[in-house]
Amino acid sequence: MEFLQPSDWQDALAAKAAFPDAVPVRGGTDVMVEMNFDRGRPAALLDLSHVKELGEWGRDDTDDTCVRIGAGVTYTRVLRELGTTVPGLAQAARTVGSPQIRNRGTIGGNLGAASPAGDCHPVLLAADAVYEVESAARGVRRIGADEFYLGPKRNSLDADELIRAIVVRATDTGQQFAKIGTRNAMVIAACSFAVAINREVRSVRTGIGSAGPTPLRAPEAETYLTDMMTQGELWEGGRLPDADVLKRFGDLVAGAARPIDDVRATAAYRRHSLRVMARRTATWALRQSC
Amino acid sequence: MRGTTADLDTAVRELARPVSYPVGTSPDRPDGPPKTKGEFAYSSDLWAQDMLWGRALRSPHPYARIRSLDIAAALAQPGVHAVLTHEDVPGRKTYGLLIPDQPVLAHDVVRFQGEPVALVAADHPETARRALDLIKVDYEPLEPVTDPEVSIAGTAPPLHPEGNIVAQLHIRHGDVAAASERADVTVTGTYELGMQDQAFLGPESGLALPSQDGGVELFIATQWLHADREQMAASLGLSPEKVRLTSAGIGGAFGGREDLSIQIHACLLALHTGRPIKMSYGREESFFGHVHRHPGRLEYEHGATRDGILTHVKARVVLDGGAYASTSREVIVVAATTAAGPYAVDHAEIDAYSTYTNNPPCGAMRGFGAVQSCFGYESQMDKLAAALDMDPVELRRRNVLPTGGKTPTGQVVDVPVPVRELLDQLEAMPLPPAENPDEERMRPGGVANTTHGEGVRRGVGYAVGFKNIGFSSGADDYSTARVRLSVSRGELTAEVHTAGLEVGQGLVVVQAQIARTELGVDHVLVLPADTQIGNAGSSSASRQSWLTGGAVQTTCAAVAAEVLERTAQRLGVNTDRCRLDAGQIVTAAGDFVASMVDIVADEPIELIREYHARKTTPLDANGQGDPHWAFAFAAHRAVVDVDVELGLVRVIELAVAQDVGKALNPKALEGQIEGGSAQGLGLALMEEIQVEDGCVRNPSFTDYLVPTILDVPPMRLAILELPTPHGPYGLNGAGEPPTISSTPAVVAAVRAATGMPLPRVPVRPTDIVEASLLT
Repeated sequence: MEFLQPSDWQDALAAKAAFPDAVPVRGGTDVMVEMNFDRGRPAALLDLSHVKELGEWGRDDTDDTCVRIGAGVTYTRVLRELGTTVPGLAQAARTVGSPQIRNRGTIGGNLGAASPAGDCHPVLLAADAVYEVESAARGVRRIGADEFYLGPKRNSLDADELIRAIVVRATDTGQQFAKIGTRNAMVIAACSFAVAINREVRSVRTGIGSAGPTPLRAPEAETYLTDMMTQGELWEGGRLPDADVLKRFGDLVAGAARPIDDVRATAAYRRHSLRVMARRTATWALRQSC
Repeated sequence: MRGTTADLDTAVRELARPVSYPVGTSPDRPDGPPKTKGEFAYSSDLWAQDMLWGRALRSPHPYARIRSLDIAAALAQPGVHAVLTHEDVPGRKTYGLLIPDQPVLAHDVVRFQGEPVALVAADHPETARRALDLIKVDYEPLEPVTDPEVSIAGTAPPLHPEGNIVAQLHIRHGDVAAASERADVTVTGTYELGMQDQAFLGPESGLALPSQDGGVELFIATQWLHADREQMAASLGLSPEKVRLTSAGIGGAFGGREDLSIQIHACLLALHTGRPIKMSYGREESFFGHVHRHPGRLEYEHGATRDGILTHVKARVVLDGGAYASTSREVIVVAATTAAGPYAVDHAEIDAYSTYTNNPPCGAMRGFGAVQSCFGYESQMDKLAAALDMDPVELRRRNVLPTGGKTPTGQVVDVPVPVRELLDQLEAMPLPPAENPDEERMRPGGVANTTHGEGVRRGVGYAVGFKNIGFSSGADDYSTARVRLSVSRGELTAEVHTAGLEVGQGLVVVQAQIARTELGVDHVLVLPADTQIGNAGSSSASRQSWLTGGAVQTTCAAVAAEVLERTAQRLGVNTDRCRLDAGQIVTAAGDFVASMVDIVADEPIELIREYHARKTTPLDANGQGDPHWAFAFAAHRAVVDVDVELGLVRVIELAVAQDVGKALNPKALEGQIEGGSAQGLGLALMEEIQVEDGCVRNPSFTDYLVPTILDVPPMRLAILELPTPHGPYGLNGAGEPPTISSTPAVVAAVRAATGMPLPRVPVRPTDIVEASLLT
């Protein structure tokens, strides 16, 4: 097996171009487990842990209402440093694995693995994040979170591309993430849900995890709640819709899921818990964004 | 100037300072700091020059005929030194702790998913793993037997020559038919338990070294060196003295190391290649490499008078032992003989079965049958209390088995049954604040942000449990100790040597404390456990502090007697009423007679003694007899918050009351009680090996969930020390009881919070959420 260890981003892109089969690794919390179990034996390993740029985050150059978070930023840093910038993402990061895993695992790794159970995806979908990817040949490309997930553990990266960063609007309110597992910490999501509500631009967006072949959105639920907020003139003044509207929102979220029965939960329970989580998190997000 | 009288006085005073860390104190564990720092040498860290790595090929099928086995390609692989099959087992082709029915390597048939079929030794673990892929096994899958009721009915083809029932017991006590006429209230219930795993953190591992005499030496993480040796010698075709075992660093056991794992395999490879062989399972293989707790189904009928006095108990207990016997024959004895609980039940009918199926083999795990029965009878006691509209704790109090009372096997319980005292202790403890604490980590769902208080209901539940201590049914339960008292560089030193294994419970420390107490010596060396000394029995059944502790005490007492005898002879004094104290022989009044250094210096004293438990008898055809030599008791109170909409649970507090007779080492004891209670909580809420059609669906710590620090609440402990009349220092066994009543107490609390019947553990979210919402 080839082991490539570029020292900066340009070298990393060149290495990926030269070895398109190379599997990028940074924290190793996913890739190394797969290798140890011999589930995947990549032709080459592209170690990005020396690429400093990936570990940085700050205001986005092109839009200062957004933050640009390097793909190599760990969950621990997300939850410590981004709690008032992308609160939903910080909530999600907090539920990932154990402290040790959070110290090593990165957002970029979560995107690269593209597991439907990855904890970052629902929030990034709800927050309308954009993923910045790059290749030596074609330069930077920005992929919306909506277009990124193609199937179980498949994403829309080309073979010579690497994930550089995520770009997401900064906000300190209106985002909520909730996750179901059968223990109170260190658990893979049986299912998860994120909502991002922005009273200023009057938008509701959602993300569903672990209840379909890919992370999903619930477009009907989003439209319904947006419409009800508008019709009821609820956007301003921190007003909340009636309980039955929020209940209907939950039902529509559950309807958008495509869950299966597996070792972590039944499809019926996944749908039910999404209904409850959607209702509760939307309530919290609306209250919070008063 | 040394040697003056004043100097001598000073020396005597120094020697007379109290012995540090006798029985009843909590010295630090010698293995504590290295384990905390990650520096402890576990068995998986063993290494030898020129060693090869052994690996086992395991069956992917729960039941299949082996049509053919072709090892040629694996053997031809560079770096591979041996590939062995059942044909290469020189001695007995099968092994087993009590019934040798399990093939060392499968022959013709595999009976469970993960059964070892062939072995490889290679110069690198990865080479060995790849060689496994080159072994061609042609399996003809067969329809697996997975339902224990089918095994009892006898309608499936027999998996073993004796049929598909490992053991059955039919206890007939009193006159149930007549007694049930007197019942004002009768409740029935059927309860189920999923398959729990010991989930020890140090996977099976060891190092085998071929010896010059044609024998083999094995360094191994195990629970019972001598039982291992007996089975190994039989299969290796060696006399037992050519098989030498030494304990290697053990990372937990809980019963899961009582059966063999790598022992015979590693030694076969070592003897075959003439090279040291290291075997070390990964986590996934570990799930297939040891037995689990028996899943169970228990049907009950309890009757009581209007004022809550039990009239009778009927029980049918079925525990599935899976593909091989392991300890199923003994586990079912414990389940059956504890099936009525620690209560006065004059009329009982208990039918109990352990079965063979093609499910994963099950055997010893902390609680050993008493966990299963306790979930049944305590669930019933709550149900009965509800039917009587009586406080469930009061119902229990009214039915406590009195000292001198009889268990359903007719055994007279001649020790105190402190159930009332335990319940009183629990009820006297304050309850945690009723309001959901404003701390998200204490909410159901933990930090996963599933509730801010919505849907959360509080519940409180109680349970009492008990279990026999040690080996039952006529087994001669004993341990052996060698103690050597000598003077080394002017210092008195006691060496303690037993085969009792330190599996995390603190036996090493307790042995030293006992020697210090008995001999009045500060400097005690506890030697590594090995087979150079006599049998200690297993580190299981809550028995080691009692039996190996008893053996060390007995031997030390004999050594002390020898010191006094020698003192009497040499000094011409009467030492009949003398004792050893802080390095001195002193009179009953404490006056100095002689220094032990002077008495022992020229000739060390070394003795070996055994300590035997009281005799027991097997059960007769009606399930009558005196199968147990001791009983121990504990009780729990659980306080839970349940998110009834999502079915998620947070245990807010777990309070434990346990009678231990005498706490030899209070800190280690508290660790045992907290750990055991956490293990019971795990069974109540999350721990289950999910088996479908004989196949394990979750052989990983990703999906086999054990409680984390955010699942285990603070515990209040009430440790009672009511002396056990026949226990050393008055002690009682302590390791298992906290695991037993923890599970039903947690479930009782969840029932109280939700109103759901919850007849099965672990309780899943879907058991709590209303069924109509899950369509």
